[in-house]
Amino acid sequence: MSWFVAKSEKPKIPPAKALWAICPKCKSHFEKAAWKKNNAICPKCNYHGRLSARERIAQVADEGTFAEVFRAVSYSDHLAFHDATGPYKAKVEATIAKSGETESVVMGTCEIGGHPAMLGVMDFAFMGGSLGTGTGERIARACEQAIRERRPLVLFSASGGARMHEGILSLMQMAKTSAAIGYLKEAGLPYISVLTDPTTGGVSASYAMLGDINITEPKALIGFAGRRVIENTIHQKLPADFQSAEYLEKHGFIDKIVERKDLKAFIAKMLNYWGF
Amino acid sequence: MAKKTAMDCVKLARDPKRPHLKDFIKYLCSDFEELHGDRLANDDRGLIGGFATIGKEKLLILGHHKGATVEENMEANFGMANPDGYRKAMRLAKLAEKFHLPIVTFVDTPGAYPGREAEERGQAEAIAKSLEFFALLKTPVVVVITGEGGSGGALAIAVGDKVLMMENAVYSVISPEGCAGILWRDGTKAPEAAAALKITAPDLKKLGAIDEIVKEPAGGAQKDHKAACAAVKTAVLKALEELKKLDLDELLEKRYDKLRALGNFYK
Repeated sequence: MSWFVAKSEKPKIPPAKALWAICPKCKSHFEKAAWKKNNAICPKCNYHGRLSARERIAQVADEGTFAEVFRAVSYSDHLAFHDATGPYKAKVEATIAKSGETESVVMGTCEIGGHPAMLGVMDFAFMGGSLGTGTGERIARACEQAIRERRPLVLFSASGGARMHEGILSLMQMAKTSAAIGYLKEAGLPYISVLTDPTTGGVSASYAMLGDINITEPKALIGFAGRRVIENTIHQKLPADFQSAEYLEKHGFIDKIVERKDLKAFIAKMLNYWGF
Repeated sequence: MAKKTAMDCVKLARDPKRPHLKDFIKYLCSDFEELHGDRLANDDRGLIGGFATIGKEKLLILGHHKGATVEENMEANFGMANPDGYRKAMRLAKLAEKFHLPIVTFVDTPGAYPGREAEERGQAEAIAKSLEFFALLKTPVVVVITGEGGSGGALAIAVGDKVLMMENAVYSVISPEGCAGILWRDGTKAPEAAAALKITAPDLKKLGAIDEIVKEPAGGAQKDHKAACAAVKTAVLKALEELKKLDLDELLEKRYDKLRALGNFYK
Protein backbone atom coordinates (compact mmCIF):
# COMPACT_ATOMS: atom_id res chain seq x y z
CA MET A 1 0.00 0.00 0.00
CA SER A 2 2.72 2.35 0.81
CA TRP A 3 4.03 2.74 -2.74
CA PHE A 4 1.49 5.39 -3.67
CA VAL A 5 1.52 7.27 -0.38
CA ALA A 6 4.24 9.75 -0.92
CA LYS A 7 5.87 10.58 2.36
CA SER A 8 5.98 14.29 2.76
CA GLU A 9 9.64 14.79 3.26
CA LYS A 10 10.75 18.26 3.93
CA PRO A 11 14.28 18.94 2.86
CA LYS A 12 16.37 19.04 6.01
CA ILE A 13 17.72 22.49 6.66
CA PRO A 14 20.35 22.65 9.31
CA PRO A 15 19.79 25.44 11.81
CA ALA A 16 21.55 28.66 10.90
CA LYS A 17 23.67 28.44 14.05
CA ALA A 18 25.31 25.22 12.81
CA LEU A 19 26.52 26.85 9.63
CA TRP A 20 27.17 30.43 10.54
CA ALA A 21 28.59 32.49 13.31
CA ILE A 22 25.88 35.05 14.03
CA CYS A 23 26.85 38.28 15.75
CA PRO A 24 24.54 38.54 18.78
CA LYS A 25 24.55 42.34 18.53
CA CYS A 26 24.03 43.15 14.82
CA LYS A 27 22.81 39.67 13.76
CA SER A 28 25.14 39.59 10.76
CA HIS A 29 26.14 36.12 9.55
CA PHE A 30 29.75 35.09 9.02
CA GLU A 31 31.51 31.88 8.21
CA LYS A 32 32.51 30.23 11.45
CA ALA A 33 36.16 30.10 10.44
CA ALA A 34 36.13 33.80 9.57
CA TRP A 35 34.59 34.70 12.96
CA LYS A 36 37.21 32.69 14.77
CA LYS A 37 40.01 34.11 12.67
CA ASN A 38 38.84 37.60 13.58
CA ASN A 39 39.25 36.68 17.26
CA ALA A 40 35.48 36.48 17.86
CA ILE A 41 35.13 40.16 17.01
CA CYS A 42 32.32 41.13 14.64
CA PRO A 43 33.86 42.54 11.43
CA LYS A 44 30.73 44.58 10.90
CA CYS A 45 29.82 46.15 14.28
CA ASN A 46 33.00 45.55 16.31
CA TYR A 47 31.16 43.64 19.06
CA HIS A 48 33.81 41.77 21.02
CA GLY A 49 32.43 38.24 21.37
CA ARG A 50 33.09 35.65 24.03
CA LEU A 51 36.37 33.81 24.37
CA SER A 52 37.11 30.72 26.40
CA ALA A 53 39.28 31.21 29.46
CA ARG A 54 42.16 29.43 27.72
CA GLU A 55 41.91 31.59 24.61
CA ARG A 56 41.95 34.69 26.78
CA ILE A 57 44.92 33.53 28.83
CA ALA A 58 46.84 32.84 25.62
CA GLN A 59 46.19 36.42 24.51
CA VAL A 60 47.02 38.14 27.79
CA ALA A 61 49.76 36.15 29.56
CA ASP A 62 53.30 36.21 28.19
CA GLU A 63 53.99 33.00 26.35
CA GLY A 64 54.93 30.12 28.60
CA THR A 65 54.48 32.06 31.87
CA PHE A 66 50.99 30.98 32.96
CA ALA A 67 51.05 28.50 35.84
CA GLU A 68 47.56 27.43 36.91
CA VAL A 69 46.68 27.33 40.61
CA PHE A 70 43.78 25.96 42.69
CA ARG A 71 42.58 23.56 39.99
CA ALA A 72 41.47 21.13 42.71
CA VAL A 73 39.03 23.76 44.06
CA SER A 74 35.91 22.82 42.14
CA TYR A 75 32.15 22.96 42.65
CA SER A 76 30.19 21.79 45.70
CA ASP A 77 26.74 20.24 45.73
CA HIS A 78 26.05 20.82 49.43
CA LEU A 79 22.30 21.27 48.77
CA ALA A 80 22.00 18.11 46.64
CA PHE A 81 20.23 20.54 44.32
CA HIS A 82 17.73 19.17 41.85
CA ASP A 83 15.50 21.16 39.49
CA ALA A 84 13.04 20.34 36.71
CA THR A 85 15.81 19.34 34.33
CA GLY A 86 17.68 17.10 36.76
CA PRO A 87 20.38 17.20 39.41
CA TYR A 88 22.94 20.01 39.53
CA LYS A 89 25.69 17.46 39.98
CA ALA A 90 24.94 15.84 36.62
CA LYS A 91 24.91 19.23 34.86
CA VAL A 92 28.13 20.46 36.33
CA GLU A 93 29.91 17.14 35.78
CA ALA A 94 28.84 17.24 32.12
CA THR A 95 30.24 20.77 31.87
CA ILE A 96 33.52 19.65 33.42
CA ALA A 97 33.77 16.71 31.01
CA LYS A 98 33.00 18.91 28.01
CA SER A 99 35.12 21.94 28.88
CA GLY A 100 38.03 20.36 30.70
CA GLU A 101 37.71 23.14 33.28
CA THR A 102 36.82 22.45 36.91
CA GLU A 103 35.28 25.84 37.78
CA SER A 104 34.02 29.00 36.12
CA VAL A 105 37.23 30.92 36.76
CA VAL A 106 40.71 29.78 35.74
CA MET A 107 43.38 31.20 38.01
CA GLY A 108 47.14 31.30 37.74
CA THR A 109 50.33 33.27 38.11
CA CYS A 110 51.92 34.72 35.00
CA GLU A 111 53.67 37.70 33.50
CA ILE A 112 51.86 40.32 31.46
CA GLY A 113 54.24 42.26 29.25
CA GLY A 114 56.97 41.32 31.68
CA HIS A 115 54.99 42.35 34.79
CA PRO A 116 54.32 39.57 37.30
CA ALA A 117 50.60 39.13 37.99
CA MET A 118 47.90 36.92 39.41
CA LEU A 119 45.56 36.35 36.48
CA GLY A 120 42.00 35.05 36.71
CA VAL A 121 39.75 34.52 33.73
CA MET A 122 36.09 33.53 33.91
CA ASP A 123 34.64 31.24 31.27
CA PHE A 124 31.02 31.93 30.33
CA ALA A 125 30.76 28.45 28.84
CA PHE A 126 31.13 26.97 32.34
CA MET A 127 27.60 27.14 33.83
CA GLY A 128 27.09 30.65 32.43
CA GLY A 129 30.20 31.81 34.23
CA SER A 130 28.19 31.60 37.42
CA LEU A 131 29.75 32.40 40.78
CA GLY A 132 29.79 29.21 42.81
CA THR A 133 31.57 28.42 46.06
CA GLY A 134 34.55 27.09 44.09
CA THR A 135 34.72 30.28 42.02
CA GLY A 136 34.62 32.47 45.11
CA GLU A 137 37.16 30.32 46.90
CA ARG A 138 39.60 30.52 43.98
CA ILE A 139 39.29 34.30 43.86
CA ALA A 140 39.75 34.71 47.62
CA ARG A 141 42.81 32.42 47.57
CA ALA A 142 44.18 34.32 44.59
CA CYS A 143 43.94 37.59 46.54
CA GLU A 144 45.74 36.06 49.50
CA GLN A 145 48.51 34.59 47.34
CA ALA A 146 48.81 37.89 45.49
CA ILE A 147 49.31 39.69 48.83
CA ARG A 148 51.99 37.16 49.88
CA GLU A 149 53.83 37.40 46.57
CA ARG A 150 53.19 41.11 45.98
CA ARG A 151 51.47 40.45 42.66
CA PRO A 152 48.88 42.71 41.06
CA LEU A 153 45.54 41.03 40.43
CA VAL A 154 44.02 41.03 36.94
CA LEU A 155 40.58 39.48 36.73
CA PHE A 156 38.48 39.00 33.60
CA SER A 157 34.78 38.58 34.41
CA ALA A 158 32.15 36.91 32.25
CA SER A 159 29.12 35.83 34.20
CA GLY A 160 25.36 35.78 34.52
CA GLY A 161 25.69 36.14 38.31
CA ALA A 162 25.58 33.92 41.37
CA ARG A 163 25.05 30.18 40.88
CA MET A 164 21.64 29.54 42.38
CA HIS A 165 22.22 25.77 42.43
CA GLU A 166 24.58 26.42 45.35
CA GLY A 167 21.99 28.51 47.21
CA ILE A 168 22.87 31.06 49.87
CA LEU A 169 26.55 30.12 49.87
CA SER A 170 26.84 31.30 46.27
CA LEU A 171 25.46 34.67 47.41
CA MET A 172 28.02 34.66 50.22
CA GLN A 173 30.82 34.43 47.67
CA MET A 174 30.00 38.01 46.73
CA ALA A 175 30.86 39.08 50.27
CA LYS A 176 33.87 36.78 50.53
CA THR A 177 35.49 37.90 47.28
CA SER A 178 34.80 41.57 48.00
CA ALA A 179 36.41 41.25 51.44
CA ALA A 180 39.48 39.55 49.98
CA ILE A 181 39.79 42.25 47.32
CA GLY A 182 39.40 44.93 49.97
CA TYR A 183 42.41 43.52 51.83
CA LEU A 184 44.39 43.17 48.60
CA LYS A 185 43.87 46.86 47.92
CA GLU A 186 44.72 47.74 51.54
CA ALA A 187 48.01 45.94 51.03
CA GLY A 188 48.77 48.50 48.32
CA LEU A 189 48.38 46.09 45.44
CA PRO A 190 46.57 46.97 42.24
CA TYR A 191 43.48 45.21 41.00
CA ILE A 192 42.53 45.59 37.35
CA SER A 193 39.02 44.36 36.62
CA VAL A 194 38.16 43.57 33.01
CA LEU A 195 34.41 43.21 32.56
CA THR A 196 33.83 41.20 29.41
CA ASP A 197 30.58 40.27 27.68
CA PRO A 198 28.45 39.57 29.69
CA THR A 199 29.07 40.63 33.30
CA THR A 200 25.83 40.88 35.23
CA GLY A 201 24.04 40.12 38.51
CA GLY A 202 26.03 39.09 41.54
CA VAL A 203 29.37 39.23 39.76
CA SER A 204 28.95 42.81 38.56
CA ALA A 205 27.65 43.57 42.08
CA SER A 206 30.82 42.28 43.71
CA TYR A 207 34.40 41.82 42.54
CA ALA A 208 33.89 42.87 38.91
CA MET A 209 32.97 46.45 39.89
CA LEU A 210 35.68 46.79 42.52
CA GLY A 211 38.69 47.30 40.28
CA ASP A 212 41.12 50.09 41.00
CA ILE A 213 40.31 50.48 37.36
CA ASN A 214 37.40 48.83 35.59
CA ILE A 215 37.92 48.29 31.89
CA THR A 216 35.89 46.54 29.23
CA GLU A 217 35.68 45.71 25.53
CA PRO A 218 33.44 47.33 22.88
CA LYS A 219 29.72 46.53 23.19
CA ALA A 220 30.05 44.23 26.21
CA LEU A 221 26.86 43.79 28.24
CA ILE A 222 27.35 44.97 31.82
CA GLY A 223 24.60 45.46 34.36
CA PHE A 224 22.98 44.42 37.60
CA ALA A 225 19.37 43.50 36.86
CA GLY A 226 18.27 41.92 33.60
CA ARG A 227 16.74 44.10 30.90
CA ARG A 228 13.43 42.23 30.99
CA VAL A 229 13.16 42.42 34.77
CA ILE A 230 13.64 46.18 34.59
CA GLU A 231 11.18 46.63 31.73
CA ASN A 232 8.60 44.66 33.69
CA THR A 233 9.22 46.79 36.78
CA ILE A 234 9.11 50.23 35.20
CA HIS A 235 6.73 49.39 32.32
CA GLN A 236 8.95 51.17 29.84
CA LYS A 237 11.11 50.14 26.93
CA LEU A 238 14.78 50.70 27.59
CA PRO A 239 17.17 52.33 25.11
CA ALA A 240 18.98 49.97 22.74
CA ASP A 241 22.41 50.72 24.21
CA PHE A 242 21.21 50.21 27.82
CA GLN A 243 23.83 48.31 29.89
CA SER A 244 26.38 48.37 27.06
CA ALA A 245 30.05 49.08 27.67
CA GLU A 246 29.58 52.48 26.00
CA TYR A 247 26.57 53.29 28.23
CA LEU A 248 28.49 52.33 31.38
CA GLU A 249 31.43 54.47 30.32
CA LYS A 250 29.11 57.41 29.70
CA HIS A 251 27.64 57.03 33.19
CA GLY A 252 31.03 56.87 34.84
CA PHE A 253 31.46 53.26 35.87
CA ILE A 254 34.10 52.19 33.37
CA ASP A 255 37.56 53.73 33.09
CA LYS A 256 38.12 52.79 29.48
CA ILE A 257 36.80 50.64 26.66
CA VAL A 258 39.80 48.84 25.21
CA GLU A 259 39.91 46.89 21.95
CA ARG A 260 40.86 43.26 22.39
CA LYS A 261 44.06 43.66 20.42
CA ASP A 262 45.20 46.44 22.76
CA LEU A 263 44.19 44.90 26.10
CA LYS A 264 47.44 43.27 27.03
CA ALA A 265 49.51 46.35 26.23
CA PHE A 266 47.04 48.53 28.16
CA ILE A 267 47.22 46.36 31.28
CA ALA A 268 51.02 46.28 31.10
CA LYS A 269 51.09 50.05 30.68
CA MET A 270 48.97 50.61 33.79
CA LEU A 271 51.09 48.21 35.85
CA ASN A 272 54.12 50.11 34.62
CA TYR A 273 52.62 53.48 35.68
CA TRP A 274 51.95 52.10 39.14
CA GLY A 275 55.44 50.70 39.57
CA PHE A 276 54.67 47.00 39.32
CA MET B 1 -0.25 20.96 62.22
CA ALA B 2 1.82 19.93 59.24
CA LYS B 3 5.46 20.97 59.27
CA LYS B 4 6.08 24.47 57.99
CA THR B 5 7.39 24.46 54.42
CA ALA B 6 9.95 26.86 52.99
CA MET B 7 7.13 28.52 51.02
CA ASP B 8 5.13 29.00 54.26
CA CYS B 9 8.10 30.95 55.58
CA VAL B 10 8.27 33.00 52.37
CA LYS B 11 4.64 33.98 52.89
CA LEU B 12 5.19 34.82 56.56
CA ALA B 13 8.34 36.78 55.73
CA ARG B 14 6.37 38.84 53.19
CA ASP B 15 3.30 39.35 55.38
CA PRO B 16 2.59 43.09 55.31
CA LYS B 17 1.50 42.85 58.96
CA ARG B 18 4.95 41.67 60.01
CA PRO B 19 6.95 44.17 62.08
CA HIS B 20 8.94 46.48 59.82
CA LEU B 21 11.82 48.82 60.42
CA LYS B 22 9.69 51.52 62.06
CA ASP B 23 8.25 48.94 64.48
CA PHE B 24 11.70 47.72 65.43
CA ILE B 25 12.78 51.29 65.99
CA LYS B 26 9.68 51.98 68.08
CA TYR B 27 10.07 48.92 70.31
CA LEU B 28 13.87 48.65 70.51
CA CYS B 29 15.04 52.24 70.67
CA SER B 30 14.49 54.82 73.38
CA ASP B 31 15.35 57.41 70.73
CA PHE B 32 16.14 57.54 67.03
CA GLU B 33 17.36 60.43 64.91
CA GLU B 34 17.16 59.77 61.18
CA LEU B 35 19.80 61.33 58.93
CA HIS B 36 19.22 61.80 55.24
CA GLY B 37 21.00 61.61 51.92
CA ASP B 38 24.03 60.15 50.19
CA ARG B 39 25.65 63.59 49.52
CA LEU B 40 25.77 62.68 45.82
CA ALA B 41 22.33 62.52 44.30
CA ASN B 42 19.47 61.51 46.53
CA ASP B 43 17.87 60.49 49.77
CA ASP B 44 16.72 56.97 49.08
CA ARG B 45 13.62 56.01 51.06
CA GLY B 46 14.05 52.26 50.61
CA LEU B 47 17.00 52.24 52.99
CA ILE B 48 17.12 54.56 55.94
CA GLY B 49 19.51 55.18 58.79
CA GLY B 50 20.12 57.19 61.89
CA PHE B 51 21.62 57.27 65.35
CA ALA B 52 19.71 55.56 68.11
CA THR B 53 19.82 54.27 71.66
CA ILE B 54 18.99 50.66 72.51
CA GLY B 55 19.15 49.95 76.22
CA LYS B 56 22.33 51.73 77.27
CA GLU B 57 23.96 51.40 73.86
CA LYS B 58 24.37 54.35 71.52
CA LEU B 59 24.63 53.10 67.97
CA LEU B 60 23.77 53.54 64.30
CA ILE B 61 20.76 51.86 62.80
CA LEU B 62 20.54 51.06 59.10
CA GLY B 63 17.64 49.22 57.56
CA HIS B 64 15.44 48.57 54.59
CA HIS B 65 12.21 50.48 54.81
CA LYS B 66 9.17 48.94 53.15
CA GLY B 67 6.70 51.50 54.40
CA ALA B 68 3.41 51.05 56.23
CA THR B 69 1.02 52.97 53.97
CA VAL B 70 0.54 52.88 50.20
CA GLU B 71 2.27 56.27 49.89
CA GLU B 72 5.20 55.05 51.95
CA ASN B 73 5.34 51.79 49.98
CA MET B 74 5.59 53.71 46.71
CA GLU B 75 8.12 56.20 48.03
CA ALA B 76 10.27 53.38 49.43
CA ASN B 77 9.84 51.04 46.44
CA PHE B 78 8.69 48.41 48.97
CA GLY B 79 12.14 48.34 50.51
CA MET B 80 13.98 47.90 47.23
CA ALA B 81 16.88 50.25 47.72
CA ASN B 82 18.51 52.33 45.02
CA PRO B 83 22.27 52.82 44.77
CA ASP B 84 21.76 56.06 46.71
CA GLY B 85 20.48 54.00 49.64
CA TYR B 86 23.60 51.88 49.81
CA ARG B 87 25.79 54.95 49.44
CA LYS B 88 23.90 56.67 52.26
CA ALA B 89 24.39 53.55 54.39
CA MET B 90 28.14 53.69 53.81
CA ARG B 91 28.28 57.39 54.56
CA LEU B 92 26.50 56.95 57.88
CA ALA B 93 28.49 53.82 58.74
CA LYS B 94 31.69 55.81 58.23
CA LEU B 95 30.40 58.28 60.82
CA ALA B 96 29.67 55.46 63.25
CA GLU B 97 33.22 54.17 62.73
CA LYS B 98 34.63 57.64 63.33
CA PHE B 99 32.87 57.94 66.67
CA HIS B 100 33.43 54.31 67.67
CA LEU B 101 29.77 53.40 67.67
CA PRO B 102 28.48 49.95 66.75
CA ILE B 103 26.01 49.41 63.93
CA VAL B 104 22.83 47.35 63.84
CA THR B 105 21.29 46.65 60.43
CA PHE B 106 17.75 45.44 59.76
CA VAL B 107 17.44 43.50 56.52
CA ASP B 108 14.05 43.20 54.84
CA THR B 109 13.97 43.64 51.07
CA PRO B 110 12.75 41.76 48.01
CA GLY B 111 16.05 42.84 46.41
CA ALA B 112 17.83 45.93 45.14
CA TYR B 113 15.61 48.06 42.92
CA PRO B 114 15.72 46.98 39.27
CA GLY B 115 15.20 50.31 37.52
CA ARG B 116 16.70 52.37 34.76
CA GLU B 117 18.03 55.11 37.02
CA ALA B 118 19.28 52.52 39.48
CA GLU B 119 21.43 51.01 36.74
CA GLU B 120 22.54 54.42 35.50
CA ARG B 121 23.65 55.42 38.96
CA GLY B 122 25.51 52.13 39.39
CA GLN B 123 23.42 49.65 41.37
CA ALA B 124 26.08 46.98 40.83
CA GLU B 125 28.89 49.30 41.89
CA ALA B 126 27.02 50.50 44.98
CA ILE B 127 26.37 46.95 46.20
CA ALA B 128 29.90 45.81 45.41
CA LYS B 129 31.39 48.79 47.23
CA SER B 130 29.13 48.18 50.20
CA LEU B 131 30.28 44.56 50.53
CA GLU B 132 33.93 45.59 50.47
CA PHE B 133 33.25 48.52 52.79
CA PHE B 134 31.44 46.60 55.53
CA ALA B 135 33.97 43.75 55.41
CA LEU B 136 36.71 46.21 56.35
CA LEU B 137 34.76 48.63 58.55
CA LYS B 138 36.44 49.24 61.90
CA THR B 139 33.45 49.01 64.20
CA PRO B 140 31.18 46.13 65.30
CA VAL B 141 28.25 45.32 63.02
CA VAL B 142 25.23 43.25 64.07
CA VAL B 143 22.88 42.17 61.30
CA VAL B 144 19.25 41.16 61.82
CA ILE B 145 17.43 39.49 58.92
CA THR B 146 13.86 40.36 59.85
CA GLY B 147 11.79 39.44 56.79
CA GLU B 148 12.88 38.99 53.21
CA GLY B 149 16.61 38.65 52.69
CA GLY B 150 16.50 39.26 48.96
CA SER B 151 19.83 38.51 47.30
CA GLY B 152 22.49 41.19 46.71
CA GLY B 153 20.19 43.97 47.85
CA ALA B 154 20.00 42.31 51.26
CA LEU B 155 23.64 41.22 51.45
CA ALA B 156 24.83 44.79 50.82
CA ILE B 157 23.90 45.65 54.43
CA ALA B 158 24.26 42.12 55.82
CA VAL B 159 28.03 41.78 56.08
CA GLY B 160 28.84 41.93 59.76
CA ASP B 161 30.22 40.27 62.85
CA LYS B 162 27.04 38.61 64.04
CA VAL B 163 24.16 37.70 61.76
CA LEU B 164 20.86 37.13 63.56
CA MET B 165 17.79 35.90 61.73
CA MET B 166 14.18 35.85 62.83
CA GLU B 167 12.59 32.43 62.86
CA ASN B 168 10.25 32.98 59.91
CA ALA B 169 12.50 35.20 57.84
CA VAL B 170 14.02 33.93 54.60
CA TYR B 171 17.33 34.73 52.95
CA SER B 172 18.13 33.68 49.43
CA VAL B 173 20.37 34.16 46.42
CA ILE B 174 17.26 34.57 44.23
CA SER B 175 13.52 34.76 44.89
CA PRO B 176 11.77 31.37 44.70
CA GLU B 177 9.66 32.76 41.83
CA GLY B 178 12.75 33.94 39.94
CA CYS B 179 14.52 30.61 40.44
CA ALA B 180 11.44 28.65 39.38
CA GLY B 181 11.13 30.81 36.27
CA ILE B 182 14.71 30.06 35.24
CA LEU B 183 15.35 26.48 36.37
CA TRP B 184 11.78 25.13 36.21
CA ARG B 185 10.72 27.44 33.37
CA ASP B 186 7.54 27.85 35.38
CA GLY B 187 7.02 30.55 37.98
CA THR B 188 4.31 28.53 39.72
CA LYS B 189 6.96 26.03 40.84
CA ALA B 190 8.14 28.55 43.44
CA PRO B 191 7.38 26.18 46.35
CA GLU B 192 9.70 23.55 44.83
CA ALA B 193 12.37 26.17 44.23
CA ALA B 194 12.00 27.55 47.76
CA ALA B 195 12.53 24.08 49.21
CA ALA B 196 15.51 23.32 46.95
CA LEU B 197 17.26 26.64 47.67
CA LYS B 198 17.29 26.09 51.47
CA ILE B 199 16.30 29.58 52.54
CA THR B 200 14.82 29.13 56.01
CA ALA B 201 16.58 30.14 59.21
CA PRO B 202 17.34 26.56 60.41
CA ASP B 203 18.75 25.59 56.99
CA LEU B 204 20.87 28.71 56.79
CA LYS B 205 22.21 28.14 60.28
CA LYS B 206 23.30 24.63 59.27
CA LEU B 207 25.07 26.09 56.22
CA GLY B 208 26.85 28.66 58.39
CA ALA B 209 25.32 31.64 56.59
CA ILE B 210 23.79 32.99 59.81
CA ASP B 211 24.83 32.79 63.47
CA GLU B 212 21.65 32.78 65.50
CA ILE B 213 17.90 32.32 65.14
CA VAL B 214 15.60 34.69 67.05
CA LYS B 215 12.40 32.94 68.10
CA GLU B 216 9.10 34.52 67.12
CA PRO B 217 5.79 34.49 69.01
CA ALA B 218 3.51 31.52 68.23
CA GLY B 219 2.10 31.84 64.72
CA GLY B 220 4.66 34.44 63.68
CA ALA B 221 5.91 37.94 64.46
CA GLN B 222 2.87 39.54 62.80
CA LYS B 223 0.71 38.28 65.69
CA ASP B 224 2.56 40.18 68.38
CA HIS B 225 4.94 42.96 67.38
CA LYS B 226 5.83 43.80 70.93
CA ALA B 227 6.93 40.29 71.87
CA ALA B 228 8.71 39.77 68.54
CA CYS B 229 10.64 43.01 68.94
CA ALA B 230 11.49 42.24 72.57
CA ALA B 231 13.16 38.99 71.49
CA VAL B 232 15.12 40.86 68.81
CA LYS B 233 16.18 43.48 71.36
CA THR B 234 17.50 40.85 73.75
CA ALA B 235 19.42 39.10 70.96
CA VAL B 236 20.89 42.36 69.63
CA LEU B 237 22.05 43.52 73.08
CA LYS B 238 23.61 40.12 73.76
CA ALA B 239 25.45 40.22 70.43
CA LEU B 240 26.72 43.75 71.07
CA GLU B 241 27.89 42.71 74.52
CA GLU B 242 29.90 39.83 73.04
CA LEU B 243 31.42 41.95 70.30
CA LYS B 244 32.45 44.66 72.75
CA LYS B 245 34.87 42.22 74.37
CA LEU B 246 36.96 42.00 71.20
CA ASP B 247 39.61 44.52 70.32
CA LEU B 248 39.48 45.93 66.83
CA ASP B 249 42.11 43.62 65.32
CA GLU B 250 40.37 40.55 66.71
CA LEU B 251 37.02 41.81 65.51
CA LEU B 252 38.22 42.33 61.93
CA GLU B 253 40.17 39.10 61.85
CA LYS B 254 37.15 37.14 63.02
CA ARG B 255 34.89 38.87 60.53
CA TYR B 256 37.24 38.02 57.67
CA ASP B 257 37.75 34.43 58.86
CA LYS B 258 33.99 33.95 58.98
CA LEU B 259 33.53 35.26 55.46
CA ARG B 260 36.45 33.16 54.25
CA ALA B 261 34.95 30.01 55.71
CA LEU B 262 31.65 30.45 53.84
CA GLY B 263 31.41 27.72 51.25
CA ASN B 264 35.01 26.66 51.63
CA PHE B 265 34.57 22.94 51.17
CA TYR B 266 37.98 22.66 49.60
CA LYS B 267 41.36 21.46 50.80
